[in-house]
Amino acid sequence: MKELVVISGKGGTGKTSLLAAFASLAKGKALCDADVDAADLHLIMDPRVEERHDFESGHEAVIIRDMCTQCGLCRELCRWNAINEDFIVDPIVCEGCGVCHYFCPEKAIEFPLKTCGEWYLSETRFGPMAHARLGIAEENSGKLVSLIRKEGKKLAEKKNLDLLLTDGPPGIGCPVIASLGGATATLIVAEPTVSGKHDMERVAELAAFFKVPAMVCVNKFDLNPDMGQAIEAFARERNVAVMGRIPFDPVFTKAMVQGKTIFEFDDHSEGSRAVKDIWEKIVTAQLNRL
Amino acid sequence: MIISIASGKGGTGKTTVATNMAVSLGGDVQLLDCDVEEPNAYLFIHPVINEVKTITTPVPEVDMEKCNLCGKCGEICQFKAIVVIGKTVLPFPEMCHSCGGCMEVCPEKAITETGRELGVIERGRRNGLEFVHGKLRVGEAMSPPLIRKVREYARPDMLTIIDAPPGTSCPVIASMKGADFVLLVTEPTPFGLNDLKLAVGAVNILGIPCGLVINRSDMGDDKVKIYAEKENLPILMEIPFDRKIAEAYSRGEMIVEVMPEWKEKFLKLYHQIEEISFHKNH
Repeated sequence: MKELVVISGKGGTGKTSLLAAFASLAKGKALCDADVDAADLHLIMDPRVEERHDFESGHEAVIIRDMCTQCGLCRELCRWNAINEDFIVDPIVCEGCGVCHYFCPEKAIEFPLKTCGEWYLSETRFGPMAHARLGIAEENSGKLVSLIRKEGKKLAEKKNLDLLLTDGPPGIGCPVIASLGGATATLIVAEPTVSGKHDMERVAELAAFFKVPAMVCVNKFDLNPDMGQAIEAFARERNVAVMGRIPFDPVFTKAMVQGKTIFEFDDHSEGSRAVKDIWEKIVTAQLNRL
Repeated sequence: MIISIASGKGGTGKTTVATNMAVSLGGDVQLLDCDVEEPNAYLFIHPVINEVKTITTPVPEVDMEKCNLCGKCGEICQFKAIVVIGKTVLPFPEMCHSCGGCMEVCPEKAITETGRELGVIERGRRNGLEFVHGKLRVGEAMSPPLIRKVREYARPDMLTIIDAPPGTSCPVIASMKGADFVLLVTEPTPFGLNDLKLAVGAVNILGIPCGLVINRSDMGDDKVKIYAEKENLPILMEIPFDRKIAEAYSRGEMIVEVMPEWKEKFLKLYHQIEEISFHKNH
């Protein structure tokens, strides 16, 4: 099975709208939303949840007041200053390292497993979908990303589908690293701005670092054609395949407002035509060869 | 005062608001770009950088002469960052959260700490504005420790404006915690609203007052406004979609540079924030 992960570096370049549009076009695929701390794909896919699971990961320290003698060792050892003067652990600051729990001479610190989110297996009008929700202010997003991609692949296999389309998170940190490992290829959605170029360069470097074949397309190309061309030139230099240009087209926002893909909203718009060409190129020039 | 500018969804205009507000205010202001994965503010501020510092986080190093392979280090580590395999101890520095547990637990004192590079912090100025940002090393997974290092530059005698990363998990919390006010920049679309709700949830967990800026305010629907009213979130500014603004942004220019009349609006935005946090604190 092949997996295409859509990433961007910079947020808000159009990853999710584009992935939803690809879902309209691709045959025999499952979908995966790996942007677990600000998941949006479900707003267009309108999934019917068939399975719901808790995401348990990591532990947090809890001090049992009656057993605590306030010796202060835990406060001394904690490198995050997560334990205050009243010997209460701030769950938001606690890193879950367990050092306080291990060394407490009174065994007064419990270290329970945390539930940090939920994940779902669903059915949509475009096929099955694996998606997740990290609890607000929670950690371990990388682990949830790895889990949901694995579940997405299992789901696709079970239904005899040979492509997984994964919507990745922005940035270059832990969730992005977790969304790239073992992917067949990644598509970077860039925008022709100084920041879009800067962020695309960093995320392209990250893909190269993890040896994932990368492609790029430039969204809202006409906003700054010179910058768009500069992005394409950088891509060619770094062996990142250039897949095409998408014009600035309000159809993306209008479709999103109605919970539709751009093809469901307006099959003939300029944006729709450009996305169709790009998808064909991704399949014939890249995915089929990898 | 610390104002943290966050959003939930990426690309809504956090950096635009942070840079324009900072530059409009002029002197006695610090701008800390805590979006260390993709720091962009400097592309608009063009600061003169006068200090570059490599930031590391402590990771274990094992002296095999002293190690007796007891395995306690592997036992205490919650992150699978150190394991005993056969007759050797293998640290995985990339997995290490720098808790120091393995060093503390080792009965033979065979573990010391060395550094793993997180990235760099650069510091500079643009006239009266002090600028600091972190740049995460490409390949490094953990941004919160670098974000916390950037925040150490916050000076209590100054107004500190923080440009936060997108999302709602640990890097965002690290960029908002301890702020006096969180300004949430959103857009009136279903994605914008969905992620705004998550961001408001995070702000509420931290118990910080917040307000909204609606960017591209004429492009989607009215659901963000309905939500804001219901939740009693003040809308402090609206920026309509203007191709001139979008094109200027694409070239690395700020709104106040191409449309100087916006300076007043960004000053007003700041004064509204000042007023809200004053009332919350008195």
